[in-house]
Amino acid sequence: MARYIGKRLLLAALMAVLASCVIFLIANLVPGDPVLAQLGDVAASDPAIVARWRAKWGLDLPLWERYGIFLTGLLHGDLGISIATHRPVLDDIRQYAPATIELATIAFLLSLVIGIPLGIAAAVRRDGWIDSAARALSLLGVSAPTFWLAFMMLAIFYGGLGWAPGPGRIDPIAFPPEGPTGLFLIDSIWSGDWEGFQDSLAHLVLPSIVLAAATIGLITRTTRAAMLDSLQQDYVRVSRAKGLHEWAIILRHALPNALVPVVTLGGLAYANLLAGAVMTETVFAWPGLGRYTFTSAAALDFPAIVGITLVVSITFLLVNLAVDLSYALLDPRVRR
Amino acid sequence: MSAPLDVSIGAPGIAVPAVAAPSRLRRRLRRYGPAWVGGGIVIAWVLVALLAPWISPYHPDAVDVSIRLRPPSLAHWMGTDTLGRDVFSRLLHGARLSLAAGFTVVILGAAIGTTIGIVAAWTRGFGDEALMRLTDLVLCFPPIILALAIAAALGIGPLNTILAMLVVWWPKFARLARALALVQRSQEYVEAATVLGLRPRRILARHILPNTLGPLAVLVTLDLGNAILTFAGLSFLGLGVIPPMPEWGSMVAEGRELVEQWWVAAFPGLAILTVVVGFNFCGDGLRDWLDPRSRSR
Amino acid sequence: MDGSLTTPPTTTLDPPVLEVEDLRTVFLTDAGVVRAVDGVSFRVGAGETLGIVGESGSGKSVTALSLLRLLDEQARIVGGTIRFKGQDVLAMRPAELRAWRGDQAAMVFQDPMTGLNPVLRILRQVTEHIVSHGRMPPAEARQRGVGLLRRMGVAAPERAAASYPHQFSGGMRQRVMLAIGVANDPALLIADEPTTALDVTIQAQILDLLRGLNEEFGTAIVLVSHDLGVIASVCRRVVVMYAGEAVEEAATAEVLADPRHPYAWALVNAVPRLDAPIGARLTSIEGMPPDPLHLPQGCRFEPRCPFKIARCATEHPPMLEVAPGRRARCWVTADGRSLPRPAVPATPAAPAARDAAPPLLEARDLVKHFVLPRRSLFAPAEKVHAVNGVDIALGRGESLGVVGESGCGKSTLARLLTRLHEPTAGSVLFEGRDITHASPAALRPLRPRLQMVFQDPYASLNPRMTVGEILVEPILAHGRAASRQAARERVGELLTTVGLKPGFASRYPHEFSGGQRQRVSIARALALDPAAVVADEPVSALDVNVQAQVLNLMQDLQQRLGLSYLFIAHDLAVVRAFCDRVAVMYLGRIVEEGPAAEIFAAPLHPYTVALTSAIPEPGRQRVVLGGEPPSTLRLPEGCAFRARCPVARAACAEPPPLREVAPGRRAACHFPGDFAPHPTPVRSASLADHQRR
Repeated sequence: MARYIGKRLLLAALMAVLASCVIFLIANLVPGDPVLAQLGDVAASDPAIVARWRAKWGLDLPLWERYGIFLTGLLHGDLGISIATHRPVLDDIRQYAPATIELATIAFLLSLVIGIPLGIAAAVRRDGWIDSAARALSLLGVSAPTFWLAFMMLAIFYGGLGWAPGPGRIDPIAFPPEGPTGLFLIDSIWSGDWEGFQDSLAHLVLPSIVLAAATIGLITRTTRAAMLDSLQQDYVRVSRAKGLHEWAIILRHALPNALVPVVTLGGLAYANLLAGAVMTETVFAWPGLGRYTFTSAAALDFPAIVGITLVVSITFLLVNLAVDLSYALLDPRVRR
Repeated sequence: MSAPLDVSIGAPGIAVPAVAAPSRLRRRLRRYGPAWVGGGIVIAWVLVALLAPWISPYHPDAVDVSIRLRPPSLAHWMGTDTLGRDVFSRLLHGARLSLAAGFTVVILGAAIGTTIGIVAAWTRGFGDEALMRLTDLVLCFPPIILALAIAAALGIGPLNTILAMLVVWWPKFARLARALALVQRSQEYVEAATVLGLRPRRILARHILPNTLGPLAVLVTLDLGNAILTFAGLSFLGLGVIPPMPEWGSMVAEGRELVEQWWVAAFPGLAILTVVVGFNFCGDGLRDWLDPRSRSR
Repeated sequence: MDGSLTTPPTTTLDPPVLEVEDLRTVFLTDAGVVRAVDGVSFRVGAGETLGIVGESGSGKSVTALSLLRLLDEQARIVGGTIRFKGQDVLAMRPAELRAWRGDQAAMVFQDPMTGLNPVLRILRQVTEHIVSHGRMPPAEARQRGVGLLRRMGVAAPERAAASYPHQFSGGMRQRVMLAIGVANDPALLIADEPTTALDVTIQAQILDLLRGLNEEFGTAIVLVSHDLGVIASVCRRVVVMYAGEAVEEAATAEVLADPRHPYAWALVNAVPRLDAPIGARLTSIEGMPPDPLHLPQGCRFEPRCPFKIARCATEHPPMLEVAPGRRARCWVTADGRSLPRPAVPATPAAPAARDAAPPLLEARDLVKHFVLPRRSLFAPAEKVHAVNGVDIALGRGESLGVVGESGCGKSTLARLLTRLHEPTAGSVLFEGRDITHASPAALRPLRPRLQMVFQDPYASLNPRMTVGEILVEPILAHGRAASRQAARERVGELLTTVGLKPGFASRYPHEFSGGQRQRVSIARALALDPAAVVADEPVSALDVNVQAQVLNLMQDLQQRLGLSYLFIAHDLAVVRAFCDRVAVMYLGRIVEEGPAAEIFAAPLHPYTVALTSAIPEPGRQRVVLGGEPPSTLRLPEGCAFRARCPVARAACAEPPPLREVAPGRRAACHFPGDFAPHPTPVRSASLADHQRR
């Protein structure tokens, strides 16, 4: 098992280096010269100034050398300076990350807690009303555009009915709870701020449901299909022939096998959450990475986009690594 | 039923009485009903896209600030937006770009990916290894984020966005096509064709490709909805289209803060939802039709 | 209406373990209601053994599943009764059913590869129902579980108990399945084709276990199989099924010697036998079983029956007592008469003298290793040693059989000889030309002369082409027809040659049965007038009767067209019936080669001895070979068979060469002929006197 983990880690590191390479290439093969864009028309018409700028930003060096510099910067945690905020990109990311982590984690848990039992129930009572409902729900979940769903929720439950608080992580006039993590739920408990906890939780409800919608759909579908498949396997018939109770067959024999594809999907689901977070946070004015991505994309803030892509890709790699490892825990055939 | 036979007694190994077999019509409806509905939705939207200039009541870009943000009425079925443009007319025109972008990305992505996948499977060896590592590399990015980065690098505009999506789109088709072609390669009828001395090109065209098309068609159909969603998403983020052009994603973006004037954002989003549902229904139906084993999964 | 009511009452006071009366099970399908089991009755007393035999689709497996009510959703038991020790099984409530299943009645299924849950440890799967039925507390159950594994002959049972299923071979898994089946000492064990997925030497081991369980613990056994030989080696009585009905029920030995239903008669005589005259034609009946949706009004076998009388077409025969303790569903034998023996077919002309001409197809020291894809970037590449130095020569007009168990490299050999694979070392010569490394383009002109027939009739025809397109393709590709019209005429001829109607050309493969598809496959191989045909297990996927039809066809074609066959098979009896010469393969090498008649009469290599004796034929003395073939990933040193050989000695550490030990006979053994099976008392001795199958 240790060797397996080691191999996986090494592979992930290799992929991360390759990913950085791809991102660097994207950043440097932009059509249009970033120098011209920054200097303005007058300065750009003077070849001497242009040359000095090129030298200053290292643009006169060959591509592989620039990649070396980029990589060295990366290893020192230097992702460049954001054009829009004039701050180091890494600082920005550090500031916005907790909000997204909090939101994505809640949404992820929500989709597991709803999706897996729903998928099991739909498979066990196939073609029954639970199945029909689960299928309709998952279809809507994966088909509805996240940004629209976010808007509709806000329009109905905040604008229309007034049941939910408005956009943002907390009430606009409240102070954010103090604490070491930046996760408001944990920080408010940490500092004993009960009102802050309630406020944060209330603000989390709508965005986490919106963010989880597509993932719930995916997990329900996959669980259902995997359970149906698993329930048709010979070993289920053998278990029936053993005279085991139907629930024992479902939970002890069929489910562990069905979870294997569901866990594989977990990684994909997480990627969905990260992508969905861009839309959800934008609509809910959620001060997280997603909104940062949106503002950076809207402002064509290139260093920021590169930085986010890199961070998100590495997170994605780590999630996939975790998926591979839990895969090995679930399925003895993978361990070797 | 050829003989009088009471099938209503007994059950699957459980002798519970009176479990009547569902009627044939009901089972067929259950199996293919959604596919027909999905096909209807898709065809309707394609017609709308083609006929938009003739069926929309107003010009999509006709600005009239005197009637801005009017709620839905008989004159403006879906109300007007911040510039007083008719939401309904813009929605109909928006179908053109959304559908065109979806079809372009998926069809080109499928063509590129399938070619790469089949070639990889057929050549094996180093080329196969290199191509598959490349797909691994692309697949290790969350697709929308990578597309976002590329689209941002290329600049705003539908063509650039489609190009960016293509970059992240082909690998899944390459994966599937390669897996299918590998299965085909070891099929006995392909071996038989080799033993008969047929040329490789003929074997690929006549024996391997036709038998990989079914699953690919299913993925293409299911993916059309996906591509439309992604394109709308990128447009929502401001990358897909340059402002006056009507597009569903950017229409939602324009109305996203207008919680009181919900119609500006609600209707374009609903349009996306129906198209995606339509393609999903079609894809599921196609899969059931091609693979009887997956029926009603 | 059914003869079942006239069965003589049992003399004992105890009710039989299993009593089935007029069982009827249907499938609800889109096309209509399929009557899969349509009136089956039998009883099994305590400690008795009963076989159920029939071809695929006869309803035998559905019967087995109905007994434990393990049917799928779309199946319904619509009539009859099943009594277990007098208890009505069909009336049991779910909880009663659960308490009964796995406790008093157990079942073992066909495919051991999928019957075990891949993510649970073996021990848990063996013991969970001991605990759930309240037989023992978990700790005690675990001990019993290990004991059961040991009893079933699982190697290193303690370690095996803690392992997962994927670490075991099919044979070992079936032992585990048997352990699961008998964990609670059931009074009844139902085994549905338990050995079909296994090799013949492993099959012999499992059948031995079944017999042992019956003798040792008095477990009543219902064994379902398509193979009368398998049934005869375990079961005293047998029910023969056809088209959902029981058509004959009698002592196994009686059915084998003197079948009273024409279908049973066909079944008994279609199987090639090791004691039949060499080259004899097999008895086969034409046609196919009736469409289960449109069953004939009279006897269901009437359309195919060689003995039918007028009454058969109009009146459906009931199960009638035709002799004491024997029942058959037939008007012809209703008065107690026997069916005639099949006419002894003429022995075909002796094969052409093969020494005169140089061999048509020849392999010299052929080697093929497959490099497995690496598990990861850093793992060492593993190699499958599929073929490890094979010398073989196929003469003109000859049929040469290659036999061996799965994984012995015989299919790879076929693909090397037809150059679907490129050899790692050695050479392949066809018509004197070296084609070992010939390019596809260089091979193309030779291809027509060297053709191949494949194993799986469902996979070897492109599902998207009509039979006509499939057959026209090679003719046009090689310019064998002047025009499309001429090519189409040739297709018609080809279809007639293989016994199909020319009109079938416009149909797609899925419209045909397995046997018909295999005929199309043969027609395709013949389209280019080949000299040699390599046939890779051409009949192993077919039911015995269809198998006999196809083998007869291939034999006719050989005589008419002067073909040479290289015939790959795992079934020794088939090879013996079909081939002039036989080569036996083990672990990628030929261990023995010689004339078919002599090899089967007096095998020289210990492996051949074990192989021939493992065939489940009633009355044969059996050598049950222990162990399983070693992995092809790492070849053993010395003689490859050493580890399983009953007469291995120190000298066997040296690999034995394949050398001529008698005129025309070669063997790769240091002590050829040393191992001859000792005459041991055969358990089913009463069968020995009867005419075998």
